[in-house]
Amino acid sequence: MERIPILRMGKHLLVTIQIDMQDQTALQLQEDLATMVDKSGANGVLIDVSALEMVDSFIGRMLVSISDIGRLLGATTVVVGIRPAVAITLVELGLSLGGVKTALNVERGMALLDANRTI
Amino acid sequence: MATELAPTGSAPIRDERDIVQARALVRTLTAQLKFSLVEQTKMITAASELARNTMVYGRGGEMRWEIVAEGIRRGLRLHFEDQGPGIPDVEQALVDGWTTGSGLGMGLSGTKRLVNDFAIRTKVGEGTCVSITRWK
Repeated sequence: MERIPILRMGKHLLVTIQIDMQDQTALQLQEDLATMVDKSGANGVLIDVSALEMVDSFIGRMLVSISDIGRLLGATTVVVGIRPAVAITLVELGLSLGGVKTALNVERGMALLDANRTI
Repeated sequence: MATELAPTGSAPIRDERDIVQARALVRTLTAQLKFSLVEQTKMITAASELARNTMVYGRGGEMRWEIVAEGIRRGLRLHFEDQGPGIPDVEQALVDGWTTGSGLGMGLSGTKRLVNDFAIRTKVGEGTCVSITRWK
């Protein structure tokens, strides 16, 4: 099983998903992020999914969970780079990732996190 | 691009790696058929949902594919077959939000919306076969 790296960028954590994840990899990421938010005291998590050609209900649910877990730990999560075809498919599937903050790209996602920054 | 795939074939769905593999196969097949990006994404996503069902609820099985033609239109038909416990109430299983597992219950009903044709054959104690087709 591959493991998705988590980078520290100032007060934020940055995750770039570059592979087609196995379910276990997605669950591991969820756990690793929770641990990292707790350890680092990060108040923002940015997840770049622009390389993902597909987000199914499992990965969609994982993004919702990460966002919820982060919030409980005091961090804001922003998912960036959802491809247009993926967005269309997700909505048709019945998953609009309600409650998950999104931005078009990394730059805007970072701006959103900086604006959201708490003490 | 990956090597051309035969117009019919099958792949086992036994574990999580096979779900990733099934997605890759469907990506290659839909690209071969020159599906648009949105059509490709919908079919790959549908395959991912059904492959997971085959693994989790059907306790493993296989995915079969066939490139089909009807007049001048061509399409991709996928069958997900298992010898698992079967679905006692198919009507209910196709309702949004209904689930026996840990899912959101978007699996079958959601998948149905992503394809043009959707058929399900199931018998309690014998297994389930879900067939989907997307036309170009």
